Amino acid sequence: MMDPRQHILHRGLTSIRGPLIFMRNAEGVGLYDRVEVLPSEQDDPRLGRVVSISGTTAVIDVFQGTEGLSLTGSRLRLLPEPILLSVGPGMLGRVYNGVGEAIDGGPSIVAEQRMRIDGEAINPMRREVPSEFIETGISCIDAMNSLVRGQKLPIFSGSGLSHDRLAADLARFARLRASPDLKFAVVFAAIGVTFDTAERFRSEMDEHGAMERIALFLNLASDPSAERLLTPRVALTAAEYLAYHEGRHVLVILTDMTNYCEALREVSSSHGEVPSRKGYPGYMYSDLATIYERAGRIMGKPGSITQVPILSMPSDDITHPIPDLSGYITEGQIVLDRELERRSVFPPIKLLPCLSRLMNQGIGKGMTHADHPAFAQQLYSSYALARQLRLLSSVVGEEGLSKADRRLLHFGNRMDREFIHQEDQRRSLEETFDIGWTLLAELPDESLIRLSDAQIAEHVTPRRDDTAVTLQD
Amino acid sequence: MSRAEVFWINGPVLKAHSEGLFRMKEAVYVGRERLAAEVIRLDTGSITVQVFEDTTGLRPGAIIEGSGMAMAVELGPGMLGRMFDGLQRPLEAIAASQGDFVRAGVEVPNLDRDRRWRFTPLLKEGAAVVPGQVLGEVEETPAVKNRVLVPDGVSGELEWLAADEELRLEDPVARLRTSTGTHEISLLTRWPIRTPRRFAEQRVPNRPLLTGQRIIDTLFPIGKGGAGAMPGGFGTGKTVLQQTLAKWCDADVIVYIGCGERGNEMADIVSEFPRLEDPRTGRRLMERTMLIANTSNMPVAAREASIYTGITIGEYFRDQGYHVALFADSISRWAEALREISARLEELPAEEGYPAYLPSRLAEFYERAGNVVTLAGSEASLTAMVTVSPPGGDFSEPVTAHSRRYVKSFLALDRERAQARFYPAIHPLLSYSEYVLDTARWWQDHGGVRWAQRRERILSILQEQAQLARMVKIVGRDALPASQRLVLVCAEVMVEALLRQSAFSKVDRYCSPEKQSKMLELVDDFIRHAEQAVQQGVDPDLLLTLPVTRRLQRLGEDIANEELERFDELTHEVGHAFSSLAAGQTETPSQQVLPE
Repeated sequence: MMDPRQHILHRGLTSIRGPLIFMRNAEGVGLYDRVEVLPSEQDDPRLGRVVSISGTTAVIDVFQGTEGLSLTGSRLRLLPEPILLSVGPGMLGRVYNGVGEAIDGGPSIVAEQRMRIDGEAINPMRREVPSEFIETGISCIDAMNSLVRGQKLPIFSGSGLSHDRLAADLARFARLRASPDLKFAVVFAAIGVTFDTAERFRSEMDEHGAMERIALFLNLASDPSAERLLTPRVALTAAEYLAYHEGRHVLVILTDMTNYCEALREVSSSHGEVPSRKGYPGYMYSDLATIYERAGRIMGKPGSITQVPILSMPSDDITHPIPDLSGYITEGQIVLDRELERRSVFPPIKLLPCLSRLMNQGIGKGMTHADHPAFAQQLYSSYALARQLRLLSSVVGEEGLSKADRRLLHFGNRMDREFIHQEDQRRSLEETFDIGWTLLAELPDESLIRLSDAQIAEHVTPRRDDTAVTLQD
Repeated sequence: MSRAEVFWINGPVLKAHSEGLFRMKEAVYVGRERLAAEVIRLDTGSITVQVFEDTTGLRPGAIIEGSGMAMAVELGPGMLGRMFDGLQRPLEAIAASQGDFVRAGVEVPNLDRDRRWRFTPLLKEGAAVVPGQVLGEVEETPAVKNRVLVPDGVSGELEWLAADEELRLEDPVARLRTSTGTHEISLLTRWPIRTPRRFAEQRVPNRPLLTGQRIIDTLFPIGKGGAGAMPGGFGTGKTVLQQTLAKWCDADVIVYIGCGERGNEMADIVSEFPRLEDPRTGRRLMERTMLIANTSNMPVAAREASIYTGITIGEYFRDQGYHVALFADSISRWAEALREISARLEELPAEEGYPAYLPSRLAEFYERAGNVVTLAGSEASLTAMVTVSPPGGDFSEPVTAHSRRYVKSFLALDRERAQARFYPAIHPLLSYSEYVLDTARWWQDHGGVRWAQRRERILSILQEQAQLARMVKIVGRDALPASQRLVLVCAEVMVEALLRQSAFSKVDRYCSPEKQSKMLELVDDFIRHAEQAVQQGVDPDLLLTLPVTRRLQRLGEDIANEELERFDELTHEVGHAFSSLAAGQTETPSQQVLPE
């Protein structure tokens, strides 16, 4: 039976402030109920949601702008249900707006079911531990910060850095090592990015014939900012349908989460909430968690959701609340570096602050290579030393360094040029290992503390003969 | 029961009209779905409650029903080996009733009422009993016996005690005759989560909680019954360290609280712990562990409750005479939940939006840890270790700063170490422990020869290294005199050999106290030899190229706890290497000759 309230067009708007509408006579309205706002008789409805209730007055967040609304001329339709997304077969290969309506001129999605866009928390007892190694073709990720299915691994970037290019490479390259998989899909959510960014991603995918595996959700910079609060949720709801109902392995790219957080701050301040750091609301951690935690695998279900959110760090500051809170929720991070970008290293990945928390579950014997963990540890520890020495040499000069230190310095430079830098070429894990071991062969045994004697004998010593050490005193 | 009618809804906070009698912190149920909630404010004619579940769709007019009781947990056998949510509802049962996702309005019993437990009586009928006395026990898991106690405040004569038989939780197990009548006892009891349980006497922690982690046991010991905090920015390895401690520490019972953290981490524990063996008892780790999971995307009010749920359960096992270790990851998420509720109540914020009562709530929590004598007179303890997630890695923020005032063991995690994949990334110069003196006595009695002196020496070398590192940045390493370069060399070897420990290496993840003593001794030996050699004119940097130095730096991974005799060989080798040096016949440092 239809709820009678669905047909009632409410008038009672008492005030409109920024993205908020206050209404009276809101009998029977429920928290987070969906609201359709009709600016006037002829206009399309805009999406809103009840956010607080006091007696018969209610506050409504309007996601698609309050421009043109009036207290007397506009109407509200209150629906006794949360915001839902219609999902069904044929969602891939399509383009949607920020609230999940198809905008590519094609037919609308035949709704097999309607899912709550807010999602629900996966019961930790039902979570499958992510452990399937994904070969992304990118050395810094595969060897050093391995990605596994069901992980959430963001890219911390900055304005003007090539994160979009990296994301497109990831979407094209990523596959399981065991079998090329047909059930692979990409959900791309553009959150307040420019048209160019979204279009470039789309055409890149199109060029490589990947478009039929992709669903694009677009909230562009020109779209209402409050709508950005819905876009990642809508995209993830589609991803959950693709993963848990169609059994696909979905890679979700959310770009740019910084725009999402800005929108959150904007709406929070219009609510008059007490701000926390830098004006962002105190609940931003929990709010971001409701997005990021939707990555994962569920026991007994064939699909998975792997998230690669992209965020641009304001002023390249990793301690800014947006990257900071994200880093506390996500399972690691890939950090991009302006200095490497300037030196035309692509991908410009700043290795030291990068991390993949789930790496150890997906690598090693039987998965990648038994010596993979030690390999990554050794590269990391030597590279960290090399970076310190680079700093030191800029003060005391290279001549002030000992011979052993100069070798390390040299090793570090080669890491940047040969290991990190790879253009848009996909590298197999074996190729990556080979480059890494060859670089390590430049260092003497006493610098390779993280490797066992056996590992040195197997991988390093054989590569030493063809390593021409050309250091000058 | 009292009833109230909701008229105000703001996220998880509700206000309702009521003329009935409600008490502060009373457990209440909201609406037809009977959402779990708690009274947090009382006014004439109205109450304010915080709801522990998703309030989407809740409407004014919904009825709140009182329970007449404070928020409480159920205590009895059936908790170990399981995972619960922040309100102690078993997640397994929730999955059975709701499927893969957690939804609002679930009603499952906290503890399984139907399961039968084999009870073994340990007293004779007719005995005079006092509070806390053990009546009998059931085998909760092969690793832990659940001891059935005479409740607090009850004493008298044991009129009847169940025989050796199978009992369900609510079956009577004993009947006492007291001054006020008869008192029946079952396996199941309840206790309000915000009220500490009583004990007879509290003592200063006098022995270490051995963790098998060298940097902790050797440099910054945790006292059994103490409280400690591990602050660190994201990616510094807090969670891995926390889990490592939960795996290998020598407590009898582990309570692990995932408070506002990742779902995958809890899933990881559930899948890993049953496969791991306790190095002391040989039993599966899961048999002594209970988990509480309130992941970051689960309702925020339940996150606030989860640490109280956990510590109350910890106290329950402590009162049975066990050494309990509680781990909460992370206390910052709990504080944020407190802040969020406070903001919705429109309370005046103090520092960074946190309510002014944050420090007192933190103090109350940390003070529930303790080394105690139970009501029945046995020694027991509850150790609380929490992680702290300071925004931007800044230790001056309120949660870290206030925690520091109450914890005695402070393990500061360092981003730079973590980035170089040096784990555990505990910063030796920023961390401290106030349990050193008491622990030194323990080590003295347990084979740790000159433990305190060696520890001090390590710290002073590290301190000196930090100062010299600043010099090096200005003048370069080669410009330092040999004696100072020697300090750098010793520090480097020591740091790699002792302080680095791999949580993922089967050999290195747990280091027995015996192995720690041996390693300490060996490194000490090396330093002594190195000092002599440098006095005799050997270039300190040459020492780094000795093959034996490399072996020293890989001790943790290369020598297992069971192969202690190999340390004697190594001691011999160290001696030999240095005497060759002195004789001027250096060993070939490595296969590769440095290009000149």
